[in-house]
Amino acid sequence: MSGIEALLREVHSLDAPASQSGWLAGIDSRATILATFAFILVVVSFNRYAVAPLLPMAIFPVVLARLGNIPLTRIGFKVLLAMPFALMVGAFNPVFDPLPHMELMGHAVSGGWLSLASILIRAALTVAMALILVASIGMHRLCAALDHLGAPRVLTTQLLFMHRYILVLAGELGRMTLARELRSQPSKALPLSVYGSLLGHLLLRTLERAQRIHQAMLSRGFDGHLPMRQIQPWQWGDTVFLTLCLGAFLLVRTMDLATLLGRLMLDVAS
Amino acid sequence: MHMADALLSPTVGTALWVASGATLAWCSRHLRTDFRDHLVPLMGVLGAFIFAAQMINFSIPGTGSSGHIGGGLLLSILLGGHAAFVVIASVLTVQALFFADGGLLALGANIFNLGVFPCFIAYPLIYRPLVNAAGDAPSKNRLAAITVLAAIIGLQLGALGVVFETQLSGISSLPLDTFLLLMQPIHLAIGLVEGLATATIIAFIREARPDLVDAGFAKTDHRSASAGFPTRIIAMLACLALATGGLLSWFASSNPDGLEWSIERVTGKAEVEADNSSIHQTLVQMQQQIAPMPDYKFATSAENNAEVPGKSDAEEAWPAVDAGTSVAGVLGGLGTLILVTGIGYLLRPRRARLSR
Repeated sequence: MSGIEALLREVHSLDAPASQSGWLAGIDSRATILATFAFILVVVSFNRYAVAPLLPMAIFPVVLARLGNIPLTRIGFKVLLAMPFALMVGAFNPVFDPLPHMELMGHAVSGGWLSLASILIRAALTVAMALILVASIGMHRLCAALDHLGAPRVLTTQLLFMHRYILVLAGELGRMTLARELRSQPSKALPLSVYGSLLGHLLLRTLERAQRIHQAMLSRGFDGHLPMRQIQPWQWGDTVFLTLCLGAFLLVRTMDLATLLGRLMLDVAS
Repeated sequence: MHMADALLSPTVGTALWVASGATLAWCSRHLRTDFRDHLVPLMGVLGAFIFAAQMINFSIPGTGSSGHIGGGLLLSILLGGHAAFVVIASVLTVQALFFADGGLLALGANIFNLGVFPCFIAYPLIYRPLVNAAGDAPSKNRLAAITVLAAIIGLQLGALGVVFETQLSGISSLPLDTFLLLMQPIHLAIGLVEGLATATIIAFIREARPDLVDAGFAKTDHRSASAGFPTRIIAMLACLALATGGLLSWFASSNPDGLEWSIERVTGKAEVEADNSSIHQTLVQMQQQIAPMPDYKFATSAENNAEVPGKSDAEEAWPAVDAGTSVAGVLGGLGTLILVTGIGYLLRPRRARLSR
């Protein structure tokens, strides 16, 4: 089943070194993480009917993706894949919130449609920023930075370990499903009994693999922790980057730049 | 059933981050003090296994649809609650980062819904006691029934969590009863399917390596997990989440806008105001000059209603509608999009330009 492998190769390609060559990769990972969280908090703090005031926030993912040398099309595609849940829950807003909230060229726009639009924009912005975070600094630096920010060692070790073995296990599962497909009628979903023995076998192999890995690690002096990548000391540039980001977020949050621009356009037009 | 950032308010999102973070810290302390080295690679590789296993679907008899494994209960059975929770947290983190499932703010809520309920309620309070009550060697069917029951209860609680978190956030307008009627039956079916998948895998493992399931890796964990843990830690978690939520919503409601409140705290002023030279000042002046009606009125109405969704804000907001603002908003929104696209185009990598 090449779908599995394709999907998991995507995991590794997203944090491939090629995509970490941008300017953003030179910023301390901790600053990037903090800026990402601040961005998400600011986006979700907007009023539930905010549509126009949210749009200027889109400048940050676009600029950061460019600075990080990350293809915008890939981010955009992944953002689209992530929308269904938000759309599913938000789709009910126009039904349950029919009161008019805005007048547009003589037509009343209900609060429900506004909040649905707001939900979709929020979803796109927050998802894009999270993807840009991992694509710009990669899993190893992300874990090292989380470690420095005080995340439990068990978790960061676990994340690194898992990240390393996802491809191995997916490859194994891909070969197993291919072998089955070659011997039977290919179908997307398996009968439960086949499913149980397929995954059961994979689980057994996984456990044995874990034991071999543990032996190999012990013989190389493993003491319960993976060595974390060293992190560069915090520099002035990182402070400037973080301050600029936070300042710009606050500016967009407190000033309604889109409406301001609209008034300017109306003014110019008249 | 991943929560999404777009449906969460900052208050609810942060409260659940604190609750999940505290659970994670507690679990990792537990694993450190009772450290069994062999768990480290085992946890990592099992996390990758869950990841891969979720890509394979099995057909649900008689329905034409398909399902896959959830993972929380299977991990708890193999590793015990504490280690399973850390693995689930890491699986959800990678899903949030690489596949954009949920989001980073919603990660706290997702870890809570999909981690705490199966690892610390369904497993120690449902699965373990029933398996113990069934004697030394419970029959295959009985074990399967217990697994399915535990999976259903874990997932029902998780779905309930999603409903309440969405309601408290007040971004969605779905009424509580409608949302419950939507979520709970769907997740009853999904829980049944996940339980079946888990039970099938457990049955297979039990035949091949009975040591792993009956007295496996998690043996010491069973004892500590069933000894005094649930009530205490759950009470602690509930208090923590309530306290954080209460504190944040108090801040949020004592001022219409939580962010403005924090700005006020930081700067000592109600708005970010600097000297005459600041961009803000210039923009404010510009806004006042350009604007026929300087306030973007309908923006502020619902901000203090983050905790009480739906009912009142639309009525309050309606009288404030102002066609001038609406047109400016729509025009400005379009203008912003064009600007953002233009900037993205201008900043495109040099290589792409050369290749044309």
